[in-house]
Amino acid sequence: MKRIGVFVCHCGSNIAATVDVKKVVEMALLEQGVVHAEDYPYMCSEAGQQRIAEAIREKQLEGIVVCSCSPRMHEATFRKCAERNGLNPYLVEIANVREHCSWIHKDMQEATQKAVILMRAAVAKVHLNTPLQAGESAVTKRALVIGGGIAGIQTALDIADAGYPVDIVEKEPSIGGRMSQLDKTFPTLDCSACILTPKMVEAAAHENITIHTWSEVEKVSGFVGSFTVEIRKKARYVNMDKCTGCGICQEKCPSKKPLSEFNRGLNTRTAIYTPFAQAIPNVPVIDPNACIKLKTGKCGICEKFCQAGAIDYTQKDEILTQQYGAIVVATGFDTIKLDKYGEYAYNESKDVITSLELERIMNAAGPTKGHLERLSDGKAPKEIVFIQCVGSRCSDDRGKPYCSKICCMYTAKHAMLIRDKYPDTNVTVFYIDVRTPGKNFDEFYRRAVEDYGVNYVKGQVGKVAPQPDGSLLVHGVDLLENKQILKKADMVVLATAIEPNPDARKIATMLTASIDTNNFLTEAHPKLRPVESPTAGVFLSGVAQGPKDIPETVAQAGAAAVKVIGLLAKDKLKTNPCTAKADELRCNGCSQCANVCPYGAISYETRQVNDHGIREDRRIAVVNSALCQGCGACTVTCPSGAMDLQGFSNRQIIAEVDAICR
Amino acid sequence: MQELIVKARQLLESGEVSRVLGWKKGEFEYDPEPAFFETAESLDGFVYNGFCGANLSKYMIEAGKKEGKTLVFLKPCDSYSYNQLLREHRVDREKAYIIGVGCKGKLSGNKLPFEGILKVTGADYPDAQQTLTVQTLYGTETVAYQDAMLERCHVCKGKEHVVYDELLGESCDTVDADRFAEVERIEAMSPAEKFAFFQEELSKCIRCNACRNVCPACSCRKCVFDSTAFDSAQKANTTPFEEKMFHIIRAFHVAGRCTDCGECSRVCPQGIPLHLFNRKFIKDINALYGEYQAGSDLESKAPLTSFTTDDAEPGVGRG
Repeated sequence: MKRIGVFVCHCGSNIAATVDVKKVVEMALLEQGVVHAEDYPYMCSEAGQQRIAEAIREKQLEGIVVCSCSPRMHEATFRKCAERNGLNPYLVEIANVREHCSWIHKDMQEATQKAVILMRAAVAKVHLNTPLQAGESAVTKRALVIGGGIAGIQTALDIADAGYPVDIVEKEPSIGGRMSQLDKTFPTLDCSACILTPKMVEAAAHENITIHTWSEVEKVSGFVGSFTVEIRKKARYVNMDKCTGCGICQEKCPSKKPLSEFNRGLNTRTAIYTPFAQAIPNVPVIDPNACIKLKTGKCGICEKFCQAGAIDYTQKDEILTQQYGAIVVATGFDTIKLDKYGEYAYNESKDVITSLELERIMNAAGPTKGHLERLSDGKAPKEIVFIQCVGSRCSDDRGKPYCSKICCMYTAKHAMLIRDKYPDTNVTVFYIDVRTPGKNFDEFYRRAVEDYGVNYVKGQVGKVAPQPDGSLLVHGVDLLENKQILKKADMVVLATAIEPNPDARKIATMLTASIDTNNFLTEAHPKLRPVESPTAGVFLSGVAQGPKDIPETVAQAGAAAVKVIGLLAKDKLKTNPCTAKADELRCNGCSQCANVCPYGAISYETRQVNDHGIREDRRIAVVNSALCQGCGACTVTCPSGAMDLQGFSNRQIIAEVDAICR
Repeated sequence: MQELIVKARQLLESGEVSRVLGWKKGEFEYDPEPAFFETAESLDGFVYNGFCGANLSKYMIEAGKKEGKTLVFLKPCDSYSYNQLLREHRVDREKAYIIGVGCKGKLSGNKLPFEGILKVTGADYPDAQQTLTVQTLYGTETVAYQDAMLERCHVCKGKEHVVYDELLGESCDTVDADRFAEVERIEAMSPAEKFAFFQEELSKCIRCNACRNVCPACSCRKCVFDSTAFDSAQKANTTPFEEKMFHIIRAFHVAGRCTDCGECSRVCPQGIPLHLFNRKFIKDINALYGEYQAGSDLESKAPLTSFTTDDAEPGVGRG
């Protein structure tokens, strides 16, 4: 029977206001083996930890239960406290009586009863705890950044500047991301490409940065400090070393039908293409779905014209396997599909466009060479209506519940730019609220209203009706005047909600990183650890974590880089000793555990076992404790119960359940 | 039968195999039992007839521990069980000489009394769809072959062997029922009706462990129900909960690995339709992850022990 101490924390009033802490102490003293129990306002404080230290010494404690907040908050604190005082840190158990109890209950009697039960379960478990020793693992001093937009580029630059090698994996043919598609940026109206391309060039030229474009992450295994990643380098059909980027192949390519992804499908590109002029690398790719040669075997015009002999139709996808110490997810965003918003006539009229499409129209390299014109007839629009919050702040399942955050500002930017360049064009903005928190943001918006005469109408639009004469009839409401508005417009621009890149979910799954209901990656703590994923060694940068503008993205990218640098600066990491272990007498060697192990931590060896006098060679599972992350998938798959998780053994869990049901 | 004995004798005498795993005559005509034959002479006791339902694949685990090769006779459905054991590294293919034997549907000794046939002393063994003639102490009786057939043969997986070195004997089609009809009937019941149904069936259980011991998927070196580490240690059921616990846990343990060989129901002395649990799992696996037959090959990924990002996530909701 272990000598156990129970420490009940008040957490100020967080716990003590709902749980009768004195009662928990009183009940703890009735538990078998409990030789000491006390309560204290803040167990995590110096003074609180001092009390634990004294009790360990005076009562010769062999196990500790702390009834406090979630183990995610202070388990490490109390483990360290135990270790300093000569007790193995894995002989400490936390009973979560805050998040699991006081915060979710109102009735003191019920909450106290539950706190007592949680305490009992922890006491029952700690009786079966065994001392465990943390091992060490080496850190691979190389980082992977998934996504080559401004978030990924900035993170990579900051890590590379600190002296660590970084690889950027980008699925498009060029780095640059969404920012490369923008025309001007708020609130300074400087040209997006002018400030982005120097960073792209810097990344490409950096000795510590390797860029893999037209590539995707295929498989991730391993753990913090030692990830093994398979990267699929899609066949480019163009030899990167030979290509000079002269562009003749694109001029001559006869396949001109595919829609340009970069121009949001507003015009077409060739089958062999670079998405935009400043692309990095400036090496085209061949779209295998559009290339006549790859589809039919006939054509080969680009090969004929290529002076450098760079075209290679025989290229195959390659898998590159690389080790990394840290991984940054910077997968960015896309605009939502508008199929569920039939009232805005987006699919019916060419003159109803999204704001990102307007960016391309206003850009000198865009489908209209920067002339503001209607895509239906090429005429200059004289009356433009902007509709805010299309799919954002939406209470039904058509859109997103969150605010996309950037739309108020870019709509003010668009309105201002149009009024500046085309003063005879009227601009009306329908809005729910105008949200402009940010340095110089509100001043920017007010300039649009006050200096540029943009007509802001508080109210929503119920319908956009295409008219026989080609115009659009906007049915709106002015909430301040309390009247309906019917407005004839030549062009309607929708501030479409943004959502995480559709690949984010797949990538999060590969990384075992958690995502929220909107597919944004979850941070380890919403306030205190905003750039770290709860999965150790995985960091978050840019809109993949939540909507944000360029300055915020760049700031977060730097913060993620600092976290990565802090990790890569270490030579060794302590490993979690709560790993799986096979009982050789019960193991069937059936391989089911290896099949379910997401970390590839289980292998098999044939060795002689002595099963109560019967000596025979058996195939036995062996767990590599450096690879095992203690997820427990093997323990529940094992039919014979041979696999067990140290620190969370089946016996311990059953003891907890028994204590709860007692 | 004679050609099997000739072949077995030949292989034993040539020294290619060290023993033969087959069936020998039991106490009665209708209960031949699995047996090892170490010598050519002992093969005189070998039988292979309509009552040889017993699946020999599990015995190959023990055979693998002995010196030399073992000749084993596997019916088409038994070969699935053998393949599954092969996938789980429980048998050594190198130490097996597998003769796939033909199957015309196997008979259930337990069904004859329901047809009013008692004290069987002998039988002819025609094809399915024909009439079975049985000699009894009271004279000769006849019964439609189907009416005396094992449940599993009505929903036979097919007469193709999935693993063998050599094939002997002829087979004939026996399918005349829908494999999942009974499962669907139970699925349609209300929760209270389902509970009552299983309560009644499982309350017959005497915890003889025959189902577990015969099951090729229940091949653990040490069964959790024989362990003192858990409260589930081997003992007779004392409460209705324990009656259910044993069978439900067993069904979970073999889920995704059960080939639906039906041995559990064949050997149950209490006549509990244990195969229904396994078949419900198989039906759900097929519905959620696509058609899957455990043991049909060595390469395919087992749906319950592999993960793809587009897997169904049937975690919520109650069926």
